[in-house]
Amino acid sequence: MSHIKVELKPEQIAKIQEICKSFKNDAGELINVLHKTQETFGYLPAEVQEVIAANLNISVAKVYGVVTFYSFFTMLPKGKHPISVCTGTACYVRGAEKVLDEFKRVLNIKVGETTPDGKFSLSCLRCVGACGLAPVVLIGEKVYGRVSPDGVKDIIKEYEE
Amino acid sequence: METVKLTIDNREIEVPKGTTIYKAAKSLGIDIPVLCYMDLHDLKVENKPAGCRICVVEVEGRRNLAPSCSTDCMNGMVVKTHTTRVINARRTVMELILSDHPKDCLTCPKSGHCELQDIAVRLGIREIPGQEFAEMSTYKKDFSPSIIRDVDKCIMCRRCETMCNDIQTVGALSAVNRGFMSVVAPAFEQDLEKSPCTFCGQCVAVCPTGALTEVDHTAKVIRALSDPTKTVLVQTAPAVRAALGEEFGLKPGTSVTGKMAAALRKIGFDFVFDTDFAADLTIMEEGTELLDRLTRHLNGDKSVRLPILTSCCPAWVNFFETNYNDMLDVPSSAKSPQQMFGAIAKSYFAEKLGKKRDELVVVSVMPCLAKKYECQRDEFKHDNNPDVDYSISTRELAHLIKSFNINFVDLADEDFDRPLGESTGAGVIFGATGGVIEAAVRTAYEVQTGKPLPKVDFTELRGMDGIRSATIDFNGLPINIGIAHGLGNARKLLDDVRAGKANYHAIEIMACPGGCIGGGGQPLHHGDSSIIKARMAAIYREDAGKTIRKSHENPYIKQLYEEFLGKPMSEKAHHLLHTHYFKKGNKDIFI
Repeated sequence: MSHIKVELKPEQIAKIQEICKSFKNDAGELINVLHKTQETFGYLPAEVQEVIAANLNISVAKVYGVVTFYSFFTMLPKGKHPISVCTGTACYVRGAEKVLDEFKRVLNIKVGETTPDGKFSLSCLRCVGACGLAPVVLIGEKVYGRVSPDGVKDIIKEYEE
Repeated sequence: METVKLTIDNREIEVPKGTTIYKAAKSLGIDIPVLCYMDLHDLKVENKPAGCRICVVEVEGRRNLAPSCSTDCMNGMVVKTHTTRVINARRTVMELILSDHPKDCLTCPKSGHCELQDIAVRLGIREIPGQEFAEMSTYKKDFSPSIIRDVDKCIMCRRCETMCNDIQTVGALSAVNRGFMSVVAPAFEQDLEKSPCTFCGQCVAVCPTGALTEVDHTAKVIRALSDPTKTVLVQTAPAVRAALGEEFGLKPGTSVTGKMAAALRKIGFDFVFDTDFAADLTIMEEGTELLDRLTRHLNGDKSVRLPILTSCCPAWVNFFETNYNDMLDVPSSAKSPQQMFGAIAKSYFAEKLGKKRDELVVVSVMPCLAKKYECQRDEFKHDNNPDVDYSISTRELAHLIKSFNINFVDLADEDFDRPLGESTGAGVIFGATGGVIEAAVRTAYEVQTGKPLPKVDFTELRGMDGIRSATIDFNGLPINIGIAHGLGNARKLLDDVRAGKANYHAIEIMACPGGCIGGGGQPLHHGDSSIIKARMAAIYREDAGKTIRKSHENPYIKQLYEEFLGKPMSEKAHHLLHTHYFKKGNKDIFI
């Protein structure tokens, strides 16, 4: 997985240490530590994982294994406008994949990536409970229903100042 | 002990509660195929992620087939291990694994030793349904100085992960990603060389497929042998002779020293030498260093740090450079026998031959993969010419012998060449855990006390326990000795030393379980630790059969000091036979 190189400031390292400590530096709390850290930093770059591994006394490889196993965790910063395409059963059968492909094509990024200008990131999710509106796309908190591939460009335009 | 009674293939059996179906069946002589499962009984580790499902069996009354490696026996269970339903399931499992596995068996380095191939052959898989539609998950190959990771061939058995994390506590490998893309890799899927990997090769030793293999240098060795401008020397490590025979169908524990020397001569090496000679030399230097530190310590010199740690094992050196880099002045500064040999061969012996160092090619045969990395380290090069040019594993030597069409088993015994081929029993036992420190004690005792040893065998230093300790009486001076093999055990011992809880004068550490005889470059033992024990017995037999059993009595070692080095730890010896260590990794700055 590609990742962005970041240099952690001493206060950021201290923050991660504090999070680890709040879980008693217990390796069994790794997932909780990762949740809390992602909540704080927005994502989990390699350097952050190294600090967590050192403090929980487990290998970085293990931390990375958990980060890459759960789709909730991300090693890339989310864009200013995170786009989530629902690929749950209802949306899928009504053409979510074509919508997703169009987002990938227009933004020129893959699922899980962020545009170089940091504006948009693309991810998939499973069911937002609005199956009647399938296929559904979320941008930030805003829900778009009955999205067709043709409508993708117009949606993106709304967020381009 | 509570027991349970069950029926397997119409035979009744009573086993202790908690026994798996696989083990119960095995005790009845029923052979259930396994792939991800690995039982390293003597290391108290069992790898049973129940991931591959090759070992499924039918249990009456259960809807699904059960993985026998991880299903416990229950009272009244009726198990069938080879019904048509079971065989069909195993075939399907194999077909699915093979659908995402490269088919380049002909050129795969594991061909002939591959457990996946074996089971595919046993099950008679002739085609893989749907292959034309199947997508393959592909990854880039990772080349390190010692180990090649070709994870396209990874079947996610996770044996390597168990070795790397549970036994060795190195933590270089973990299962990463999810589903189809899941694979075992270092953190951030970096190359192994950038990970905390020590190149101990225990992952390679247990990998059932060609996903983890050694870097093969046999072609380079053949090229050097065919170059008329080069004089090619070979040195063979102690542990190689105790295991090489296995590659030719000989019983584990068959010592093949003489046949090996004969084969190397047939292959065309100009000089067939022995790393055991350099092991004796190591004892002279390391033993002297031990006594020097000890004497200064006893005289109240506060700048001396004890215990002294052995430094023969390159994986162990990598491990402490990464994990104990606050203690870099504790290990002995003596180079490993491989590197001492190279340094002496390209100085003392080159002078004797009247040749320049770059006219010599030094090849080492090692039970080890970390040795490949070690001989490439910059500090072991002179004008960019390495002291040891190529290090090949025991397995690679076996390939070399086979490719030269040598009938190894029928070879008549031959001896090593002089002077760098003469060794003592002390040099031989370097191959087994506890051997280096026993060899050091044999010499240090006599040098320190000025008296001959009452007995040469220190059985209290031998054995397979992961951490051992003994106190040796140096004529009234008690010397506390610690021994650890396997890096996980080394970590426990070193943590105690760091915390000031252990009171040792000297500690021997070997990275691989059993010592070098269980090295990552040895013939694959597939988890059978009785093979390691047989090799150990062979090593001690060879020692017992030697006329000279103490390093300082090796006549050619004496000659080397007289003609060239002066005395142990002289300036020249320091220059050629000692090294220094480097800090690796930066883990400590985050805590």
